[in-house]
Amino acid sequence: MNGAQDLGGQMGFGPIELEENEPNFHARWEERAFAVTLAMGATGSWTLDTSRHARETLPPAEYLSSSYYEIWTKGLEKLLVSAGLLTSEELREGKSLGPARELKRVLKADEVAATLAKGAPVARDETQPARFKVGDRIRTLRMHPPTHTRLPRYARDAVGTIEQVHGVHVFPDSNAHGDGEDPQWLYGVIFKGTDIWGDDGDPHLSLRIDLWEPYLVPAE
Amino acid sequence: MSHNNDHGHDHDHSELSDIELRVRALETLLTEKGYVDPPALDNLVETYETKVGPKNGARVVAKAWTDPDYRERLLKDATAAIAELGYTGRQGEHMVAVENTADRHNMVVCTLCSCYPWSVLGLPPVWYKSAPYRSRAVRDPRGVLAEFGVSLPEDTEITVWDSTAEVRYLVIPRRPDGTEGLSEEELADLVTRDSMIGTGLALPPSPSHGASA
Repeated sequence: MNGAQDLGGQMGFGPIELEENEPNFHARWEERAFAVTLAMGATGSWTLDTSRHARETLPPAEYLSSSYYEIWTKGLEKLLVSAGLLTSEELREGKSLGPARELKRVLKADEVAATLAKGAPVARDETQPARFKVGDRIRTLRMHPPTHTRLPRYARDAVGTIEQVHGVHVFPDSNAHGDGEDPQWLYGVIFKGTDIWGDDGDPHLSLRIDLWEPYLVPAE
Repeated sequence: MSHNNDHGHDHDHSELSDIELRVRALETLLTEKGYVDPPALDNLVETYETKVGPKNGARVVAKAWTDPDYRERLLKDATAAIAELGYTGRQGEHMVAVENTADRHNMVVCTLCSCYPWSVLGLPPVWYKSAPYRSRAVRDPRGVLAEFGVSLPEDTEITVWDSTAEVRYLVIPRRPDGTEGLSEEELADLVTRDSMIGTGLALPPSPSHGASA
């Protein structure tokens, strides 16, 4: 969706604020927001793609005026309610008003190290041959889905070259919406900066973007 | 995005309290329901505070600088090469290493959210997740680099890697001059977090390093 999250090429945000010796967390609430988000993710109640979509559907003004852990917190609240694990009333009251739902799994302290070390790989078996190979020229689709996508706006309807074939990966556009993993070939595509930004773009800039096969058509 | 760490502003203070209360209420509620185990929450935080951070990535880079076979394995299959050093897992499941050279500089961003190679760099800094960096890195990397105090020759090719999928990128910075005699551990000290994102360069050796070289 064309939400506030799709920031590439937007202007006017001002200088980058650098902080020397920056801590991981600036307050205790950030630690807890981080931890509850990861712990709930580990319950398998939704996918990582669904959680990204929950964050990007925050109203743009709210997204842009929230700190990152605020965005995570608001996203998590939305996920909990839409998954039926909590009600809006419970969130408002800050206390449980009904029975808990059964979860696939609750992350225990002694499982944390192994769970993090294992991660959640998204590579899947090949079920069909790749449509493109390294060196092929492609054009990205001109598209504006109201749903989750990982084709940034700045890279739509642009011509680039396949530089790497990563394999078959879970397709976020489907997986974010409970429509299954629908694994698709994933490519590393290289674009000339001037093909994206026009003639006043940096002539020595290239952009490398990971894109799934359904986003691409042969160029020409 | 505001960071809520500005001072001397009443509104910021009350906003901070609101989010503190909101997160506390959420954690209490999730605990009451039995959805989260509080000691597991402590462990999650502790892992990224004490175990997983940019020192991991610095070891990878220093080894690549000193061991040509390792460098080759890293460039060919970074996930496996990084796992050799024991770094695996969350937000590092599919790693690619990209090497800076005299002619080409690499810089990593996630314009759509905050994708970052946790297994080798830990959690991303606030600026990496912020609108100014995410918006500008893909369009004006030289302007961004200037804000980090990095200036490259005008004809250096720059590749900006937008982390749109679950592939995570680690930049191998150029090995600084004058580091020939340094050990792998001493070299790792020169590898900063920013140099592995591509918004910085590896540090020059300190005089004490030079003396032992």
